[in-house]
Amino acid sequence: MLKDEDRIFTNLYGMHDRTLAGAQARGHWDGTADIIKKGRDWIVNEMKASGLRGRGGAGFPTGLKWSFMPKESDGRPSYLVVNADESEPGTCKDREIMRHDPHTLVEGCLIASFAMNANACYIYIRGEYIREKEALQAAIDEAYAAGLVGKNAAKSGWDFDIYLTHGAGAYICGEETALLESLEGKKGMPRMKPPFPAGAGLYGCPTTVNNVESIAVVPTILRRGGGWFAGIGRANNAGTKLFAISGHVNNPCVVEEEMGISFEELIEKHCGGIKGGWDNLKAVIPGGSSVPNVRGENMRDAIMDFDGLKEKGSSLGTAAVIVMDQSTDMIKAIWRLSKFYKHESCGQCTPCREGTGWMMRVMERLVKGDASVEEIDMLFDVTKQVEGHTICALGDAAAWPIQALIRNFRDEIEDRIKHKRIAGIAAE
Amino acid sequence: MLRRLYHDQPETFAFTPDNQKWAEAQMKKFPEGRQASAVIPLLWRAQEQHGWLTRPAIEYVGQMLDLAYIRVLEVASFYFMFQLQPVGSIAHIQVCGTLSCMICGAEDLIGVCKDKIAEKAHEVSADGKFSWEEVECLGSCANAPMAQIGKDYYEDLTAARLSEIIDELAAGQVPVPGPQNGRFAAEPLKGLTTLRGFDSGKTKYNASVQAAVEIGDTVKRIDGTEVPLLTPWVKDAAAKPTKPKPAAKPKAAKPAAKPKAAAAKPSAADVSEEQPLTLDAARETGADDLKKISGVGPKLEGVLNDLGFWHFDQIADWTDAQVAWVDSRLKFKGRIIRDNWMAQAKELAKK
Repeated sequence: MLKDEDRIFTNLYGMHDRTLAGAQARGHWDGTADIIKKGRDWIVNEMKASGLRGRGGAGFPTGLKWSFMPKESDGRPSYLVVNADESEPGTCKDREIMRHDPHTLVEGCLIASFAMNANACYIYIRGEYIREKEALQAAIDEAYAAGLVGKNAAKSGWDFDIYLTHGAGAYICGEETALLESLEGKKGMPRMKPPFPAGAGLYGCPTTVNNVESIAVVPTILRRGGGWFAGIGRANNAGTKLFAISGHVNNPCVVEEEMGISFEELIEKHCGGIKGGWDNLKAVIPGGSSVPNVRGENMRDAIMDFDGLKEKGSSLGTAAVIVMDQSTDMIKAIWRLSKFYKHESCGQCTPCREGTGWMMRVMERLVKGDASVEEIDMLFDVTKQVEGHTICALGDAAAWPIQALIRNFRDEIEDRIKHKRIAGIAAE
Repeated sequence: MLRRLYHDQPETFAFTPDNQKWAEAQMKKFPEGRQASAVIPLLWRAQEQHGWLTRPAIEYVGQMLDLAYIRVLEVASFYFMFQLQPVGSIAHIQVCGTLSCMICGAEDLIGVCKDKIAEKAHEVSADGKFSWEEVECLGSCANAPMAQIGKDYYEDLTAARLSEIIDELAAGQVPVPGPQNGRFAAEPLKGLTTLRGFDSGKTKYNASVQAAVEIGDTVKRIDGTEVPLLTPWVKDAAAKPTKPKPAAKPKAAKPAAKPKAAAAKPSAADVSEEQPLTLDAARETGADDLKKISGVGPKLEGVLNDLGFWHFDQIADWTDAQVAWVDSRLKFKGRIIRDNWMAQAKELAKK
């Protein structure tokens, strides 16, 4: 288990002083100017050496991503955009950073912006996080007042402005190009790539979009050295990570742990075990709604990092662990996710717009057992036609939970069809 | 999901002076010529002020940002947080129904809403005070099940507790938001498993709840006076005031028209009605321009003329019972009290 002194978010629960003074007392904003004075290449190399992979779900190496930004401006400004549109079902980690340890993020924004030659940073927070928005804005105001951001930010010689803006309840805006569209004041519909944002992003200028957690860990990594961060967890899966555990555990919580902690340890140490004991565990969605579910009996020994969960046929995603015990109707659970994706499809690509609705309607019948067994294969086939045929990954994300359901719980679906057991959909 | 403008729209919309200042400051967050980027924050503030997003509000924001109305409408109808129909006068309750909340009991919460508010989502309750909907993941999964009421999250809910919260709100109180089971934030309920070493004493509330308790605007209609406006991003050199050209903005000299906490006032429906003095036609001096009253547009002026009101002094002395009489004949219930026509008319009649 990670020691407290190796945790980055030391005020994760907000129990201590949340102001700038409190953050400084915990070691944030310490020697920021010195870090910046070491130069762009040093920062990017150190980030590469730390092995930090993006915390927003895809796990792309952060240092590498920064290195795609143009070294010299061609007249266009560069932008850092922080994706704080945390809406993946199960995920509630960035919220804790923004409301309780916001200075980690503000300081990270300054350093990251400098590293990618950007004088301006936009943070796009989801619209529902109204108090989180206020807390983060208060931290930004404090930083401005103390001269830590603004002209000659933190006396580093770098001019830096940081702006907080927000969305209004569209899951799709968590996709980076949809976020950029939304930030430009349009409907959040993903753009075709290429061009990638590093070439033409916000307002057509070079832009890097990073997750809140990816940026907020930067200052501590650079203060303690990339080697420290790389030394936690397994190779290629380095560092600490915020896990958000929800569902049928005794004590759901958000907690910072080392990557590669076993599922059993995570649940036993922090969550007080599975409700009703390990035999009562039915299934786990280990990385937010988009990743495939894993049967309970396969999950106990799982290693909670990118490669460990890949071995289990799933993915770390945002490390939002949804635990379901034997009382859960798995078919209904996945139907609910299908309903989510149908609701959130932006409607731009036909396979997704039509497919998500179609999949939800078939799932609805499967919940009631009102279908024939052949339709299971047909449903699987349709998910394969949606997957990979859309501009963004929402189509894939809608397809995977259903595919995993059919892979892992086919017996339950067939059973229900045979007995036509009615589950009843209350939440219509 | 089909989202359309509501069939019954008010005549006008204008930001309160403080909200107007706030909105203009938001526009300065974006580079020259990119003011469209402020469309979501501005629409949102319009909704916070009015309770739901009206067509005049959409047009007003379009004019402020120099955007075609259809571009603003597109945004308003795309993003689900924009309520395109009237909501409960006290609160609109948004119950998270996505997976983590569902398996922790969100369906029971929805049951409470159906029982206490209205059978269907987005329907205003019989007493006009509440409306509800099931929303997708609100990002508070470790505190499931939960609901957003106004600005705040009520977490770790039970059906019984939600029912109490609705009763308390109906009685004019605002229950303290945040976890309802004694937790502080998103830590394990049974006590800390990490960060004990950093203990420096608890503050009373977590950051979200602290703000809610301090500002006290959980279910308030926001008029911009709640918190001081800080705009550290505005550079003095660039501080030329942006001039909105809101055609919809009432030109009337602003009397005491501050729409203050209108939600708290009882609707006039329960007051017995009494017909005020009406005239068959305007006096010889000619009819007053009733459009000068904030909240009255050409259409409403026509309705008032038809009812027999031509002059400010006719309106200035309405009693509650008379307001109720007029209210029941207008399409916009509660408007007279909310915009305080009597005080406005009194001012205007002096001129």
